[in-house]
Amino acid sequence: MIKTLLKSVREYKKPAIITPMFMVLEVLCECLMPLCMAKMVNEVQVATDSALTPILKYGGFLILFAALSLMSGVMAGKFAAKASCGFAKNLRQDLFYSVQKFSFADVDKFSTSSLVTRLTTDVTNTQQAFQMCLRIVVRVPLQFIFAIIMSFSINAKLAVVFVLVVPFILTILLSIMRYVMPFFRKIFKKYDALNNSIQENVGGIRVVKSFVREGYENEKFQKAAGQVRDDFMKAEKILALNTPTMTFFVNFAAILISFLGAKMIIDLGTLEGPFSTGDLSALTTYGVQMLSCLMMFSMVFVMLTMSFESARRISEVLEQKSNIVSPENAVTEVKDGSIRFENVNFKYSENADKYALSDINLDIKSGETVGILGGTGSSKSTLIQLIPRLYDCTDGAVFVGGLNVKDYDLKALRKEVAVVLQKNVLFSGTIKENLRWGDESASDEELVRVCKLAQAHEFINGFPDGYDTYIEQGGTNVSGGQKQRLCIARALLRKPKILILDDSTSAVDTKTDALIRKAFAEEIPNTTKIIIAQRVASVESADKIILLDGGKIIACGNHNELMGSSEIYREIYEEQTKKNSDDSEKGGNE
Amino acid sequence: MAEQKNYQSRMPMRRGRGRGMPVPKGAIKKGTAKRLFKWVFGNYKWQFILVFSCILVSSISHLISSVFMKQLVDNVITPGVSQGFDAVKDTLIALVATMSAIYLLATLFEYLQGRTMAKVTQGMLYSFREKMFGKMQTLPLKYFDTHAHGDIMSNYTNDADATRQLISQSIPSLFSSILTLLVSAGIMLWYSVWLFIVVIASTIVMSLVIKKVGGNSSKYMVAQQRSLGQEEGFMEEMMKGQKVVKVFTHEEASVKEFDVLNEQLYHDSERAHVFGNILGPIINNIGNFNYVLLATVGGALFTFGAPNIGIESIKIGIVPITIGTVLAFLSISKNFTRTINQLSHQVSMIAMGLAGASRIFELMDEEPEKDEGYVTLVNAKHGEDGQLIETSERTGLWAWKHYHQSDDTTTYVELKGDIVMENVDFGYVPEKQVLKDVSLYARPGQKIAFVGATGAGKTTITNLINRFYDIADGKIRYDGINVNKIKKSDLRRSLGVVLQDVNLFTGTVMDNIRYGRLDATDEECMEAAKLANADDFIRRLPEGYNTMLTNNGANLSQGQRQLLSIARAAVADPPVMILDEATSSIDTHTEALVQDGMDKLMHGRTVFVIAHRLSTVRNSDAIMVLDKGEIIERGTHEQLIEQKGTYYQLYTGAFELE
Repeated sequence: MIKTLLKSVREYKKPAIITPMFMVLEVLCECLMPLCMAKMVNEVQVATDSALTPILKYGGFLILFAALSLMSGVMAGKFAAKASCGFAKNLRQDLFYSVQKFSFADVDKFSTSSLVTRLTTDVTNTQQAFQMCLRIVVRVPLQFIFAIIMSFSINAKLAVVFVLVVPFILTILLSIMRYVMPFFRKIFKKYDALNNSIQENVGGIRVVKSFVREGYENEKFQKAAGQVRDDFMKAEKILALNTPTMTFFVNFAAILISFLGAKMIIDLGTLEGPFSTGDLSALTTYGVQMLSCLMMFSMVFVMLTMSFESARRISEVLEQKSNIVSPENAVTEVKDGSIRFENVNFKYSENADKYALSDINLDIKSGETVGILGGTGSSKSTLIQLIPRLYDCTDGAVFVGGLNVKDYDLKALRKEVAVVLQKNVLFSGTIKENLRWGDESASDEELVRVCKLAQAHEFINGFPDGYDTYIEQGGTNVSGGQKQRLCIARALLRKPKILILDDSTSAVDTKTDALIRKAFAEEIPNTTKIIIAQRVASVESADKIILLDGGKIIACGNHNELMGSSEIYREIYEEQTKKNSDDSEKGGNE
Repeated sequence: MAEQKNYQSRMPMRRGRGRGMPVPKGAIKKGTAKRLFKWVFGNYKWQFILVFSCILVSSISHLISSVFMKQLVDNVITPGVSQGFDAVKDTLIALVATMSAIYLLATLFEYLQGRTMAKVTQGMLYSFREKMFGKMQTLPLKYFDTHAHGDIMSNYTNDADATRQLISQSIPSLFSSILTLLVSAGIMLWYSVWLFIVVIASTIVMSLVIKKVGGNSSKYMVAQQRSLGQEEGFMEEMMKGQKVVKVFTHEEASVKEFDVLNEQLYHDSERAHVFGNILGPIINNIGNFNYVLLATVGGALFTFGAPNIGIESIKIGIVPITIGTVLAFLSISKNFTRTINQLSHQVSMIAMGLAGASRIFELMDEEPEKDEGYVTLVNAKHGEDGQLIETSERTGLWAWKHYHQSDDTTTYVELKGDIVMENVDFGYVPEKQVLKDVSLYARPGQKIAFVGATGAGKTTITNLINRFYDIADGKIRYDGINVNKIKKSDLRRSLGVVLQDVNLFTGTVMDNIRYGRLDATDEECMEAAKLANADDFIRRLPEGYNTMLTNNGANLSQGQRQLLSIARAAVADPPVMILDEATSSIDTHTEALVQDGMDKLMHGRTVFVIAHRLSTVRNSDAIMVLDKGEIIERGTHEQLIEQKGTYYQLYTGAFELE
């Protein structure tokens, strides 16, 4: 997992390596300065005539160290920022690229909001953890080691006292952490649920108000919020033990050292050394530093484990490799718009026990118009999504232009097989920009031509800004029918050999629907057209009508053939036309 | 060591809640600090006094421990060296014991502080949340229309978190820092005014640096947040349209666009982090330079025997500085600069906290929905002579209880569902009128349908009946009573609503149905589900009526969610219904179920239907065709067909409805 993430460091490896190096330098300076100060104080104390001489001598050193520490501190800060922000940038990039490479099946697996959270919050958490690794994780052990070295070099016997305290502190810190961490994790879940309920309330405020449930919602919320408060309070109270325990042990150690140190000096009988009072105070300082490092380390440890979850969620996306990729030596040209399904079976996931499509055999000639009818769950959309290889069939094979779809370069295949999806989206941008998704280099005349075909030209011209009208995110400022026609125009712009409309005119009125079909028949006769529809009228004139039920083809033929051979088709047809004649009858009677 | 404080403060509950780090979005409103402190101290006076005492005790114990070593050297070691250990043994033990006692006390107080702070912080967070949420429930819909939901959420997450940090970390730390600074300043002044001037000079330099670097840091923080927002918007759109991206093999183009945004975000965040990272080392080392400068100046003063002034001088007179004084001063000055470094890290946190608190207060200060209604809805039954009598049990018969102040009488009017709108004008914002001179009536039990293009004002009309918004001009009467006189909650209880977009709440299916009437029994809920044609699919769910719904019922299909919403309205069983048909396409089978459920729900009630499909409006008692906020045609289906107007054209498919 970590390895997957670290691949994203790339060009920021250099700053990532330089940062700890400067960090080492900074720590070194920081550790040497108190030493220098202590030495200066010692010499000044014993200086008889001029205190200035040692001050200037050590002051010079101090300035040198301070300058060095300043320089390395600033550099480390800069490089750390560069490395961690760069790492985050690459992570986001890799995530985004990875999602772009997703197959439809992969897209189904992750929800939009979960992907966005991974790209934002999770990346930010990981970035912080990374920066922490570069800075603190280098800094703290170094300080620790230095403190140990210094205290042992001052007086090994006394320094042992500190070392003896270490296991105590560690045990206590770790047991508090271990006790508290799962607790926190549980509370975080409750906390998330609490925020979730707020979100639900905000989103459903109309429901709340219509049913006059303000009081009920308040009560519900107060209960949940109260629980979160109590749980957090409990956990934080335990956590509040942390610092005092730590200070207690550190101070206890310091007093012990002072006691033993004082006794040692007195027993030596001289203030001048080998163990002086200055040494004693330095020893205490280093000891305290040593133990503080432990505390820091336990903090860092907790922070890192907390960001672990984020890292896992990121790598989950990064490791998701699409199995739909262009083959080597891919064919880049689609000969014609013929389609053939050979014994195709399909299920959405390997462990699904039901096939979404089974035993599909189909032969569509280039330029034919094919209608597909069937109820919900009859796998109409699934069937057509196999053609541009949005999914790979489980058994059998799909052929386009006489070749297996798996042999084509994906881009080339999808360029020739244009699908207008049922759940379609327009993107924020002008109408022109949206249309040019179909063909980036299309001329304005070309745009007008396809919009006329899709019966969109008229209403576009009705907008004050015409083709430059700005479409809001999600296409909320055009009506459903207008959106569908824009989507059709966008697909037409590709000049595909195969055009698939997946229930793409459901919101378009019947007259316009008929006009679109007429335009297709007249203007793009050589394009193979597959139309999924709810209304029989939309597919009545097709060369071939396929009736799907439960993932199987139950009837196939043109309108007249099916009227003769398929009872189901006849029923649907009669039911739908009867309704219409009912209407006209009623309308006519009044 | 600056980082230590930082990480410590983040330990308990920061885990990147919400999006990224909280950053001041807008200006901090004046008076926020005062109000916040008033609030906090008002509610937690004793706790804060306790916390401040704890801080005081720990600070004093720190101070004492700094003289401990001097005491040890002067009173134990020095005499001990000449007189032997036994002579000073008692002094040593007494000293060590005192120190141990002080440390123990400090530890206890520190723990006490932590516990109290946990209580204060969580208690405060709770009351913030509770107050905000409670307030939010009273706000008019306009508030939710004009505030992005993400921003509202941010009040509960980012803003509350920033305020929490301010209260739990910054205030205590500010208090202890200022205490330390004051005490150190006093001691320094005690020793030497000359040297203190040097310290002040470097403090000024430090504050300038903090202002500059810190200012840059927050400038780029804001920039970073902005680019993050932009990138997030783009990503969200692309993720949502991922399948379209694939179909159009638009991957490379979207990657290109993404890279530009990503590069910008990197640019801003890198700068924000650089300035954040370098502040610590810079302040630290200015402190170190200051140390050397002080030592040099002090050494020079000592060497040349310059007369020293300090508070001490009052006692000992103006005498040349001693080397002991210089050294003592040096060690205090180290403390001083360290504290300033700590403070510098608080500055941005305080700004963020205040900005967060400012936004929280803003929400709390929002004007609640006005309700001057006094007519209430009561259960009623017929008395012996046929008049209405108020009763406490649910009878199925409702009455409006109308108190007339003029003659101090109370009348009861039966709730029938007779609704009249007279010359109603309305606009969501004053500048843009949405409804013009709309008049209509619905007799009890009638079905009124609204037909018209998106934005024609269909939904708006129904929003006025239940007073989600208040009309600008005209009158709406309910059973002859002006709706303004009816208490909003009672008005809404008499109206059932099935909205276009279904909102379900986390909980079981049963809970969601019961939302319509909280005291409904399980049987009543199931009855309602049956009426709504929802019973079938609910029983097929893994745990039937006890199936948990999360994420707005994400595990259900669009049609199933609509069925649930109908069941919810059915269990409420109100005399008047407002039905907003869903526009999203559902399959024909479910659609038929939804339609049938709606029909059953409409039976015997006054109903307003907002129609998106003409097939549903034909049997209405009256159809209103709306265009640009005006009713342009009205009549029954047959009449309108006869008229051969807009409705006729819509019906024959010449016009698009949506």
